[in-house]
Amino acid sequence: MNLPDEVQLARDLLAGVPGAFERVVDSYNSKIFRYTYAMCRQREDAEEVAQETLMKVFQNLDQLHDPGRLKPWIFRIAKNACLMKRRKSVFAPTQELSLDELKPVKDGEARLEIADWSQLPEDIAANKELHQALDHAVADLPDLYRAVFLLRDVEGLSTEEAAEVLEVTTDVVKTRLHRARLALRKQLDDHLRRKEVCA
Amino acid sequence: MNRDCNTIFAMLSEYLDRDLAPADCEELERHIQSCEPCVAFVDSLKKSVSLGQAYSPGTEPPPLAPETKQSLKEAYEKMLAARQQQQ
Repeated sequence: MNLPDEVQLARDLLAGVPGAFERVVDSYNSKIFRYTYAMCRQREDAEEVAQETLMKVFQNLDQLHDPGRLKPWIFRIAKNACLMKRRKSVFAPTQELSLDELKPVKDGEARLEIADWSQLPEDIAANKELHQALDHAVADLPDLYRAVFLLRDVEGLSTEEAAEVLEVTTDVVKTRLHRARLALRKQLDDHLRRKEVCA
Repeated sequence: MNRDCNTIFAMLSEYLDRDLAPADCEELERHIQSCEPCVAFVDSLKKSVSLGQAYSPGTEPPPLAPETKQSLKEAYEKMLAARQQQQ
């Protein structure tokens, strides 16, 4: 859904236009669940948190002052609901990703070894093995970085919207997104190398 | 990796998102043109980002139970009624 559609949907919802409620439920039920599942990691918890989020959305919709912010507003409710469920802050990292660890070689090393990425299928949906590799890589990301990756790259929020959801600065979003992407690249690179060895 | 490689390494996501300042972008592209390892690395990161953007966790929620949907609708209608009273 592009931004003008989102704004119109939010306006319709606030005005009680028939069908708007169903459109929000249909559009956001999966989006919210994907986020809560990735953050809670337990299916039952994720379903519960996703439903709580939807309930809070409809109960508190009159607090949405800018219809243009519907998406970040909903994801912020989801983020807070995950936080309450897990009873620990998703902002308190148990693990930081260091830029140095994500470099293809350490300083001073002579050779840069990168797998043959031309072997990588373009269509991830059609490639079960690749999808599983990415599932593992995403699951392995520390919470802080997984949240930013999901909001920015999977759900397509802007840097500003992701910053609003996570209540951090745009610079923090950019830094975390970069490290998340580098970590995923590294995992996929390792996956491709293993395939090269086994081929 | 040399010092220039390290400098551009930190800017690559912003470069791929077309979010870099023009001067930094020119510097980065100048470096890449003359650095074969960086070309390969940027290409792999670009592909990885594309895959990430096309990624769907592959887990879908169960359809909402009719009673859950009804509770949500009631909460929505209650909110609308309160909002109309305030206006």
